Amino acid sequence: MIELTVNNRKLQLDVAEQMPLLWALRDHLGLTGTKFGCGAGLCGACTVHLDGKAIRSCVTPISSAQGKRITTIEGLSAVSDHPVQLAWIAEDVPQCGYCQSGQIMQAVALLAETPQPSEQQIEQAMAGNLCRCGTYNRIKSAIRRAAKSNESMAVAAVNTALVDNEATEVRS
Amino acid sequence: MISRREFLTVSLATGGGLLLGFSTASQAETAPASVVPAVASGKDFAPNAWVRIAPDGQITLVVSASEMGQGAMTALPMLIAEELDAEWGRFNTEFAPANQAYANPLLGGQITGGSATVRGFYTKMREVGATAREMLLQAAAKQWSVSANALITEPGRVVHPGSGRIALYGELAEAAASVPVPGSVMLKSEKDFRIIGKPTPRLDTPIKVNGQAGFGIDARPEDLRIATIERCPVFGGKVKSFDATAAKAVKGVLAVIGLDHGVAVLARDYWTAEQGRQQLKIDWDLGPLADLSSEGITRMLRAGVETKARPAAKHGQGAGALPSAGSKKIFRAVYQVPYLAHTCMEPMNCTAAVTADGVTVWAPTQAQGNAQRAAAKAAGVDASKVMVHTTFLGGGFGRRSESDFVTEAVQLAKQHGHPVKVIWSRPDDVQHDYYRPIAYNELSAELDAHGMPKTWVHRIAGPSIWSRIAPARVKNGIDPSAVEGAADLPYAIPNLEVTYALIDPGVPVGFWRSVGHSQNAYVVECFLDELAAQSGQDPFEYRKKLLKDQPRYLAVLEKAAEMANWGKPLPKRHHHGIAVAKAFGSYCAQVAEVSIESGKPRVHKVHCAIDCGVAVNPSGVEAQMQSAIVYGLTAALSGKITLKNGRVQQQNFNDYPALRIDEMPEIAVAIIGSGVESGHTLGGVGEPGLPPIAPAVVNALRAATGKPQRELPIRL
Repeated sequence: MIELTVNNRKLQLDVAEQMPLLWALRDHLGLTGTKFGCGAGLCGACTVHLDGKAIRSCVTPISSAQGKRITTIEGLSAVSDHPVQLAWIAEDVPQCGYCQSGQIMQAVALLAETPQPSEQQIEQAMAGNLCRCGTYNRIKSAIRRAAKSNESMAVAAVNTALVDNEATEVRS
Repeated sequence: MISRREFLTVSLATGGGLLLGFSTASQAETAPASVVPAVASGKDFAPNAWVRIAPDGQITLVVSASEMGQGAMTALPMLIAEELDAEWGRFNTEFAPANQAYANPLLGGQITGGSATVRGFYTKMREVGATAREMLLQAAAKQWSVSANALITEPGRVVHPGSGRIALYGELAEAAASVPVPGSVMLKSEKDFRIIGKPTPRLDTPIKVNGQAGFGIDARPEDLRIATIERCPVFGGKVKSFDATAAKAVKGVLAVIGLDHGVAVLARDYWTAEQGRQQLKIDWDLGPLADLSSEGITRMLRAGVETKARPAAKHGQGAGALPSAGSKKIFRAVYQVPYLAHTCMEPMNCTAAVTADGVTVWAPTQAQGNAQRAAAKAAGVDASKVMVHTTFLGGGFGRRSESDFVTEAVQLAKQHGHPVKVIWSRPDDVQHDYYRPIAYNELSAELDAHGMPKTWVHRIAGPSIWSRIAPARVKNGIDPSAVEGAADLPYAIPNLEVTYALIDPGVPVGFWRSVGHSQNAYVVECFLDELAAQSGQDPFEYRKKLLKDQPRYLAVLEKAAEMANWGKPLPKRHHHGIAVAKAFGSYCAQVAEVSIESGKPRVHKVHCAIDCGVAVNPSGVEAQMQSAIVYGLTAALSGKITLKNGRVQQQNFNDYPALRIDEMPEIAVAIIGSGVESGHTLGGVGEPGLPPIAPAVVNALRAATGKPQRELPIRL
């Protein structure tokens, strides 16, 4: 049994320790917002947070996520009103949308660490997240927009950090 | 575990799946009677297959094209809502099921491709909305005993200005359902548009920022098994025999199933299935292509480019106008482009369930009809027994007009007796694609005394897409997709000849964003630039002279040049390149600003002017220009599929890279709205932004280095 905290819920999962976190989330927990793109940490579509840091869940064995807080796109905000999501909506960023969960999780991690990123910092932080539709310029605009609303974002980050210890579920 | 019912509910809520209240006047023969959901309610007003209004006011609009990022799910409802006079955004959308009733009028099939969605449905969807509105007016007129001519609509309601009476559409739904469908309707004139032409946020954005949008890979019907397939590494090869012992010994592997072209491993999750797959021992019959290599393919094309040439276009004296072969007056060049993979962000996948009642398929498909037929064939049932649920597509680019992934899922679901989702790994996706055709081009030209081309001869050799998909389209040896953008050259050149040699090395080829234009615009626009340089002329002015009778080409060319301040000083070591192309009915010109940094091309800015007749959603048109430029730039800078021993040598984003955000140019887009009422054709937007980018960048590099780049991807 592997114990996980996913989106503030404690879970137990009976899967192999080497299974990448991505497939535990998608195929065993039904959290399909996190996407499979390359299976090799090359495209960023599978980006989630581990203790608030952006990681590639397709190359992260589930064992290394034990005891840490996992946040997926579904856990970013209950009603899709995280400042980064709102900025994405305001800039009408997505096209096919497949990479956007990963893009947003990467951007949230960037802004948590660097509330006012420079152009170069945005490019560096986002360079691991591919988008074949070419939404990059709108992504940049959305990150700049979210950076402007940084006070409210700091509040959201605190809310996310409040771990709900009540619900423990067993999944397989 | 999310149940099948929940998945469908989610799909519905997010516009991604099941059509509930299907009701159509034109019942097609392929309508799967057993699986078409019941008409929602006898009280609904459903005048056609696209509009349904419930008495509670809920409006549902059916989207007859796939949403793969290009914005169909927003643009088509804009057309309906414009004429229906619906309140924008106050309606649900649903993706159409496989049914010929939803065929694109321009393509004749239910296909999302060829930049044809808005072009094909522009009039039809407006008529659909206008019909519903007319019937609502008639219903109100009857209720109020007034003439319908005395009534108007405001968004979402019918108004009688004379008396001040108002009825919401929902209140009229039941009465409107019994109004005879009018034979013809009046459509608004362009100047009266309230929705069309206004930059409109996409309807699918909210569910694409929170993980709710249901893509094909997200389908999770109850009792689902995940399959991964080891396919023969050589195209056309087959399984001779296999040993599944070690694979079956992997904990969690549920089954190993042999197919013609590969062996599938099934488990409850993808990773476990992959673990099993790695333990397979397969003896392959590699077939006749086991020695194929890129070098060999190029030799085949070079050898056949003249000997197998068939005429595609000729005017004046054609090649006969060229001076004798050895003449120094002839300017020659050989241009080459490689095979390209699509690498949609969402790897190929499909989910299928096969029961005694029929087949259910959840597919990220650009071609519901093809998917339905493929599923029927794989299951051995009639197409009427196949229900296709179209999900969101994580990119399409032409790849998802194929149905190979549907066939696999249905074959496995049938054999295994449980619902199966087949998921391709990224290497599977890169190595088993239907590639953009490779092409080998020999060009010759002679310039007149003013340095303008007097004779232009373009010989193309390459494989043919239509030969596999619809052989009847290949006439006299000419695949139209191989010569588009080359045989219809807009430039005023007195003698022109274009030939095509159909040479098929055996590598599967298919539609890739902008198809033949993707290579031909590069070849002709770069060769033309070389001619301009040869005669010492400015490439923009050179084109202007050759396009003086082509006003729509000229307009976009001049606009892009104006946006870029063509001819004015640029930052140090920055250079401009220009190119123009017409594809899928739209005219597009681009100027690229490029420099060379650490020996590599760096594209700083792209100025793009597009004339697509009417821009239904200008925000969407802008996004599609950016999108096509990035897709084309990726190919120009790094796209190349090579073969050795019959095997594709690339496998993932490390060796088949895609443009990243730190390489992204600024992109400025100008839309020239020429309007279609003036008699201009309506053009597409999904693809026309792609053809000019490679030549614009390459021409800028030639300006920088003085050397042409006659092969893609660019290598300095």
